[in-house]
Amino acid sequence: MARYHGPMPASLSYPPASVPAMGRVRRTLAEWWAVLMFGAVAAVYALSPSSHDARSRDATARLLHATSWQALPWFTLLSALISLALIRTLVVTAQSYGLSQFALEMMVRVLVLELVPLGAALFVLLRVALADDLLPAPDPAGGLAPQSLAAERWRLELVPRVLALGFAVLALAIASGVLALALAYTVVYGFTPWGLDAYTRMVGRVFDPAVSLALGLKTVLFGLTVAVVPLASALQESRAQARRVGGFAVRSGTRRVLAALVLLQAASLLLKFL
Amino acid sequence: MDAPHDATSGAPPPRNVGFKAGVLLALVLVLLCAAAGYLLYARGVFEETQELRLLAEDSEGVSVGMDLTFAGFPVGRVRRIELADDGQVRIVVAVATKDAAWLRTSSIYTLERGLVGEAKLRVFTGVLSDPPLPPGAERPVLRGDVSAEIPRLLATMQALVGNLERMTQEDSSVNASLGNLRGLTDGFKGRYGVLGAALGGDENAKKLLAALDRANVLLGRTDALVGKADTRLFGAGGVVDDTQALVRRLNGLLIDAQASLKKVDAVLVEAQAVGANARVASQDLGPLRAEVESSLRRVDALLGEVNRKWPFARDTEIKLP
Repeated sequence: MARYHGPMPASLSYPPASVPAMGRVRRTLAEWWAVLMFGAVAAVYALSPSSHDARSRDATARLLHATSWQALPWFTLLSALISLALIRTLVVTAQSYGLSQFALEMMVRVLVLELVPLGAALFVLLRVALADDLLPAPDPAGGLAPQSLAAERWRLELVPRVLALGFAVLALAIASGVLALALAYTVVYGFTPWGLDAYTRMVGRVFDPAVSLALGLKTVLFGLTVAVVPLASALQESRAQARRVGGFAVRSGTRRVLAALVLLQAASLLLKFL
Repeated sequence: MDAPHDATSGAPPPRNVGFKAGVLLALVLVLLCAAAGYLLYARGVFEETQELRLLAEDSEGVSVGMDLTFAGFPVGRVRRIELADDGQVRIVVAVATKDAAWLRTSSIYTLERGLVGEAKLRVFTGVLSDPPLPPGAERPVLRGDVSAEIPRLLATMQALVGNLERMTQEDSSVNASLGNLRGLTDGFKGRYGVLGAALGGDENAKKLLAALDRANVLLGRTDALVGKADTRLFGAGGVVDDTQALVRRLNGLLIDAQASLKKVDAVLVEAQAVGANARVASQDLGPLRAEVESSLRRVDALLGEVNRKWPFARDTEIKLP
């Protein structure tokens, strides 16, 4: 297997503590650029048919099992409990203020459009951060230059992880979204089909083309963020560089993903309300 | 690195991992397709619709996708909002063909905006036997805007508060009235109480009380007077008794008069009989007179005959000189 022998760019090595502020900004930008490059190369590998042979498919299947298959029941259960609590609270509160006609729409907007995709992304991120075996070993040189990584490593190690993590976000989001819609109907109308017409009409009103597109785009971007950023960051740093907070090792990838998710969510809200 | 680092490669692979991954993919794909299909169905993509254009002066509160309801049931949804060349707003509503039966040519369309919640587009159909609305029909929409009433309400409230402020000012009439009321209630505390306050002073109240006393004395006298009058009028040998005796006598007189009248009546009957006889007699006088006259004429003729024949006849000839 080919090994990484390429020179490490000086700008991507970790700085000493006394680097001036401007240097730190440049370094952060360079790191983000490297993360983007990693994502782009991963996309190229993922879209290339030659990357998907039996071994890579096997690796992808094992990672799908580790990320989605094992997480789906637990996340669905957790999401159902939280959704139920939220729906019940919203319905009761709206009824007490005489605004029950707006409760259902508000629930769908809050739960399905905002909380469920973010919850799915955070759950997958938590799983990545807590399970060391999902992250690749850091590059021996401590840097990240996509062209310097061996194609074999891309195909068998990195692309399967990117696909599995991205798919996990998508799978968890869609499963818990559908479940939240069903729970909202059940809580409001009970186990009867007679409210289905009104409910369907309300769902149709909420999910207009712009909102549906924004939801899809947001979920995909969340998935890409959770799939790409932790892997790229893990390749950049060594375990010794993980920041320790309260006895836990918080990797720089986790912080970056959180920052990216917050930015994406804020951008989505800005686009929606401005 | 000799081999790609794959953390999962160290552990034994789970059973049927390929099958599970396939199931997962299929499940997500099915869920995705079902969600997309449901959303398309909810948006009415598979619904057969006909177009209805509503003309309004203002599109405020109208949004694409909002429902047109009939009796609370959604029968259509707004597809497009456009500004026509004449400056009117044209709201294009897609009405489901199965629900189009509720729209008739005489239907009325309203756009109502409440204080809370979005605007509501409603249709009212009074006569369901009217002809159905043809596709692509244009109809005016009536607006009922609660929030438009708020400025008017605020202006009224402002005027009301202004009036209230004027009424409660230092020199306002309400204040003066309250001062007068206070003076009045102060007057209640005087010796003569309400009477003194009402009459404008204790002197007047005193006079009124004196007048009342005199009126009381007068009433006492009147009472005695009435007692005496009662005795005179209704007592034994009073006016009423005399009157009763008089009435009795009058009654007797009337009975006598009635008897006299009966006698007069008999006399009159007799007189009537006499009159009748006299009439019969006067009726016989006519032929008698005629007979006398005819006898006289005959005597006259006889005398003329005797004169003509008699030698002592008078010379009746007129001699001219």
